[in-house]
Amino acid sequence: MAVESRAETERQHPVSPVAADVRLDRVTKNFDDVTAVDDVSLEIERGSFFALLGPSGCGKTTTLRMIGGFEEPNAGTIYLGEEPVTGKPPYKRDVNTVFQSYALFPHLSIFENVGFGLRRRGVRGADVRGRVTEILRLVGLSGMEKRKPRQLSGGQQQRVALARALVNRPRVLLLDEPLGALDLKLRKQMQLEMKAIQHDIGITFVHVTHDQEEAMTMADRIAIMNGGRIEQLGTPGELYEHPQTAFVAGFLGISNLLPGTVSAMDAVRLDDGTTVKVPQEALRGRSGRVAVGVRPEKIRLGHGEENRLSGHLLETAYVGVATQYVLDTRAGNISVYVQNSEPGAQQAVTGEISWSPDSTFVVDSMEGAEAE
Amino acid sequence: MLDSAAAGLPFREARLRLSTIFWRRPWLKALALLALPLAAFVFVYLGALVALFVSAFWQINDFTAKVEHVWTLDNFNTLIHDSVYRRIALRTIGLASAVTLTDAVLAFPLAYFMARIAGGKTRALLFVLVLMPLWSSYLVRIYAWRTILAHDGALNWSLNKIGLPNVGLLYTNWGMWIVFSYIWLPFMILPVYAALERIPQSYLEASQDLGGRGWRTLRSVILPLVLPGLVAGSIFTFSLTLGDFITPLLVGGPSSSFIGNVVEEQVGQPNVPFAAAFATVPVIVMGFYLLIARRLGAFEAI
Ligand SMILES: Nc1ncnc2c1ncn2[C@@H]1O[C@H](COP(=O)(O)OP(=O)(O)O)[C@@H](O)[C@H]1O
Ligand SMILES: [Mg+2]
Repeated sequence: MAVESRAETERQHPVSPVAADVRLDRVTKNFDDVTAVDDVSLEIERGSFFALLGPSGCGKTTTLRMIGGFEEPNAGTIYLGEEPVTGKPPYKRDVNTVFQSYALFPHLSIFENVGFGLRRRGVRGADVRGRVTEILRLVGLSGMEKRKPRQLSGGQQQRVALARALVNRPRVLLLDEPLGALDLKLRKQMQLEMKAIQHDIGITFVHVTHDQEEAMTMADRIAIMNGGRIEQLGTPGELYEHPQTAFVAGFLGISNLLPGTVSAMDAVRLDDGTTVKVPQEALRGRSGRVAVGVRPEKIRLGHGEENRLSGHLLETAYVGVATQYVLDTRAGNISVYVQNSEPGAQQAVTGEISWSPDSTFVVDSMEGAEAE
Repeated sequence: MLDSAAAGLPFREARLRLSTIFWRRPWLKALALLALPLAAFVFVYLGALVALFVSAFWQINDFTAKVEHVWTLDNFNTLIHDSVYRRIALRTIGLASAVTLTDAVLAFPLAYFMARIAGGKTRALLFVLVLMPLWSSYLVRIYAWRTILAHDGALNWSLNKIGLPNVGLLYTNWGMWIVFSYIWLPFMILPVYAALERIPQSYLEASQDLGGRGWRTLRSVILPLVLPGLVAGSIFTFSLTLGDFITPLLVGGPSSSFIGNVVEEQVGQPNVPFAAAFATVPVIVMGFYLLIARRLGAFEAI
């Protein structure tokens, strides 16, 4: 009974929010002696904006190309919805790609570029015209139908590439650093526009980028990759507030990491002897050597919060909205951001700082990594 | 030491001034670079063409066999109305077209393999094989084909070995077709290869991504982008065949004369005006050919 009724609801709501549109099951890809993607498993929720974030060469593009069908994994399986697609050519997969170089066909007009996929699916005549016109309006390129790609600016070409993929209404849209070739201002604008478009049409976006700000701005969920593996997967907030590895903590913004030893269920003793309180769940059963982290903007001047350190001021830097202080404490150097609008921001710094246990995270000790 | 440095100074100044002049007037630089080849082109090539074209409107005095500088269209009249010349012109153009088509069909798959499939070593080897014939003399290659096509040649010997009857290809238009196609093939392969190599892999991936299977990708993406290469190659194969007179002489039969053979014969008569008139035919045909190619968009694809 229960099983039946669940099947019933699923039929009534085919776009169930928990269904995975893309699933990678222990996928590995080797190029000669390089392991580009190393035993990666992940699920991408239907209708979500998903970002693969990581430094250059960490295997983002390779992961994306395996989903698109341009590379075959050496091991593991890729599912689109329920269907395993490993071994299927790109034209048999219900995904479309926005290529990093756009790859617009130079000999075809904008109209024919965008209509290319529709024609391959047997859409004809007025239907092609209608859908191409509609999607070009969506990306703000009405009236450009007759132009050739080389007659458009970089930003416009980027929109055509987006339109050419979206017009086919694929199950999943793959984007490989789609904004990489644009200047900063246009990139910021396109980030918001693409997020709005994704929100409007509800297609799953898988977005590859090495720009942490871009990923944080656009994505619902982010997988942070490093050396062919996924270091951590979560919402931008989770990743920022509760990084689980030193790599993630360092890749997303600035963080202070202080080495220490676990001394209780919810405390770590720093190397200078100070004990700091941490949330129990942040320790997650760790023991021995760890590093305690806290974001610079979570630290207060003065000893108002529970975790306290003292040191002397090394540097002061004015960074617009905030002022950055660097303090030398016996536990290590610590950066503090103080909002310039806050009272006392310009006051002399006594060398006393404190922060709340809730703002504290714990990552594995970096000492092993440094020794490498 | 000091002296030579001081002596170098005026030179240096003059050079700086010269380079400033060139920098301010880019056309001057272009002119300086092009002056010599341009002069050669204008006087030697265009001059010869004009002289040829002008002399086509003169005629020969039948008794003195001297060229008379009287304007007349007689030569062209003969060309158009005498069926012998018409047939020769059509044969030349027809064979040039057939050779061009054959070479295009042969060159494309080979060039595709070289440009997009073969690894570095195979590609280098194929390049050598494609270019090697060009290192030997044109005549040597034609004589080689004569021995292949001859009645007791390599071709018939091989055919007999597998139980097939003799074929008599030497001294026929078929023989010419084979030899021409062979000789000009490298001139088609190279530009087609260059065009294929320039197509980014991402275009082919984009086509597949949008649902284009192999054949569709070939027709809608690869071929349009290779068209300039094919046209460039066809200009070689077409015009080289159009202007040839040695292969018809050595491989063609009694009724295999080309425009070039008539021109050579008329120059020897000597009836230079008529030879000139006939020689303008390939020039005009090539002109039309380029016009059509442009209409097809062959020069704007990239
Ligand atoms: N076609 C290929 N042949 C050989 N090595 C490759 C190929 N593609 C990627 N790699 C290697 O795989 C690793 C991951 O590459 P890639 O997925 O492009 O990284 P990213 O997109 O994160 O910058 C790199 O070390 C890269 O050199
Ligand atoms: Mg990449």
